[in-house]
Amino acid sequence: MSDLIIRTEGLKKDYVLGAETVHAVRGVDLEIRRGEFVAVMGPSGSGKSTFMNMIGCLDTPSAGNYWLNSQLVSELSDDRLARVRNKEIGFVFQTFNLLPRATALHNVELPLIYAGVSSKERRRRAEEKLELVGLGDRMDHKPPEMSGGQRQRVAVARALVNEPALLLADEPTGNLDSVTSHDIMQQLGQLNEQGQTIVLVTHEADIAAFARRQVHLKDGVIERDFANEAVETAV
Amino acid sequence: MLLFEIIMVAMGAVRANLLRSVLTTLGIVIGIAAVITMVALGEGAQRQVQEEINRMGTTVLTIRPGQQRAGGVSWGDAEMSIDDAIALRAEASDVVTVSPEQRSGMQIAYMRWNARSEVMGVWPEYFDIYNIGLAAGRYFTQSEVAGRRRVAVLGAAVLADLDESLSDVHPELILGETLQIRGISFEIVGVLEEKGDAGFLRPDGSVFMPQSTAQYRVMGSRNRLNTIYASTETPEDMNLAYAEIDRILRREHRIRAGDDADFQISNATDLLQTFNETRQTFTALLAGIAGISLLVGGIGIMNIMLVSVTERTREIGVRKALGATRKAIMIQFLVEALFLCILGGLLGVGAGYGAAALIRNMAGWQAVVAPVAVIAAIVFSAGVGLFFGIWPARRAALLDPIDALRYE
Repeated sequence: MSDLIIRTEGLKKDYVLGAETVHAVRGVDLEIRRGEFVAVMGPSGSGKSTFMNMIGCLDTPSAGNYWLNSQLVSELSDDRLARVRNKEIGFVFQTFNLLPRATALHNVELPLIYAGVSSKERRRRAEEKLELVGLGDRMDHKPPEMSGGQRQRVAVARALVNEPALLLADEPTGNLDSVTSHDIMQQLGQLNEQGQTIVLVTHEADIAAFARRQVHLKDGVIERDFANEAVETAV
Repeated sequence: MLLFEIIMVAMGAVRANLLRSVLTTLGIVIGIAAVITMVALGEGAQRQVQEEINRMGTTVLTIRPGQQRAGGVSWGDAEMSIDDAIALRAEASDVVTVSPEQRSGMQIAYMRWNARSEVMGVWPEYFDIYNIGLAAGRYFTQSEVAGRRRVAVLGAAVLADLDESLSDVHPELILGETLQIRGISFEIVGVLEEKGDAGFLRPDGSVFMPQSTAQYRVMGSRNRLNTIYASTETPEDMNLAYAEIDRILRREHRIRAGDDADFQISNATDLLQTFNETRQTFTALLAGIAGISLLVGGIGIMNIMLVSVTERTREIGVRKALGATRKAIMIQFLVEALFLCILGGLLGVGAGYGAAALIRNMAGWQAVVAPVAVIAAIVFSAGVGLFFGIWPARRAALLDPIDALRYE
């Protein structure tokens, strides 16, 4: 197995808006190795979101190739992509995107349901991940009964539950205050130290500072790609 | 076990919007309830008619005067006389038993009570044809018919019709007593067993006497029969008997073969057929009503499912991002629609069952809820759910995850 989790080759995405064609991503070549913690940065309109959607297998490129964990995924059908998302990717969203009527435990179990894991095994694994993010005593609470930080922890547990190759965090701290943001980023940092590959999409420099490598996008191409010399770590 | 999870999710969604869900299913509930009730009443009526026909006897042919015609012009009711009955008795070899019936509503009196009753002039064979047993005494005899004797056999309910206080009198006690009909004294020689209604007849409330007595002493020498009854040994002989009676009466009435007869021969099976035709019309009407209400109900379900899909766009996005395939999403919403419809179907069956029971108790009609109707109702409502759920479910399944996740 290759050590590359992500490898893109001339990745492009065009949108047709009326008579105009928008070139959101204009050819990105990127390699991310197992165990890396990469922050993808860029101002709005840089193609960062579109790029993230393609990396997350939520969208397919107009041109170019994308290998995720050695599998060429840029040409898969919708349902095959759903399976890839289920097995290989854990999502953490800005708006948490938890099911409000389900308990924390059920929310974490959700990816396992679609993976066809038995209910006993689901429960065991979901509990394990909730313990890991420090919510062992909140499993039966529903999202509306939790703080923003707790909700995002539930989302992190949910992202980890399928042991994905890639954890993809899209502005994970966008809806959190600075203290809670710091906690969540520390959590991600710890996960990375334990070997989890993480791609973080953000426009905030102090959040990106937690990552070991930064990739800056501008106008749909990589502008800068460098190692972060001063990684923010747990204090 | 994905299907089980999906069903739990669908049930949870219904429970989360319980009031809305119940209101949504109302169309289905009403449609199914109406069908169950109507089918129960129809089934009850069917049984009632069947019972009456069994009481009337399936081997009985009823001959009634028809229209008299000359050159296509109707002259009113044709006549049927005692000579027709005599000819049938003498000649129709396949007809085992024949009895005329001359009938008139009259005032009867017993001691100080009087009532209006149906007076029937018949032959003794009549009791055989209709298989009416005796509670006390005897039938009148052929010689009493020949002698135009003033003897009467009372239906089981005649005493009670005269006065409530007489209803408990033992029939043995009134044998030999005198019954006045139009001021003429009759000796009561027998009382019949209870028979129940049979078609248009109510033998329990009638007074029977020899046909000759009725014709010459009570009904003013009117030589005009209301009906002739004929019965065969077995139902298989009915067709032969029919042909025989037709031939003899045509000859008696001097009607050429090919011309319309001035009499009608019918049997209980004809009545059943008429009833069944009526019932078919009724059933078609019912199916129409049910179809419309289920259509309206189904559109209601579709509407609420579309609302539900829109409301839960984000949830759909999350599920898709976490690995739900189109099929999984589609099944989730289909199951939800199915669940709503089956819920409605079950509520409808319950309501229909209740309504049928209520009608049975209040109106005293027979109402039988057939298990097959219940199963059909549930299967049908599930079909409605499937049909009207498929479009909203498809819409949900085809949502783009990115758009769905961004949906506010």
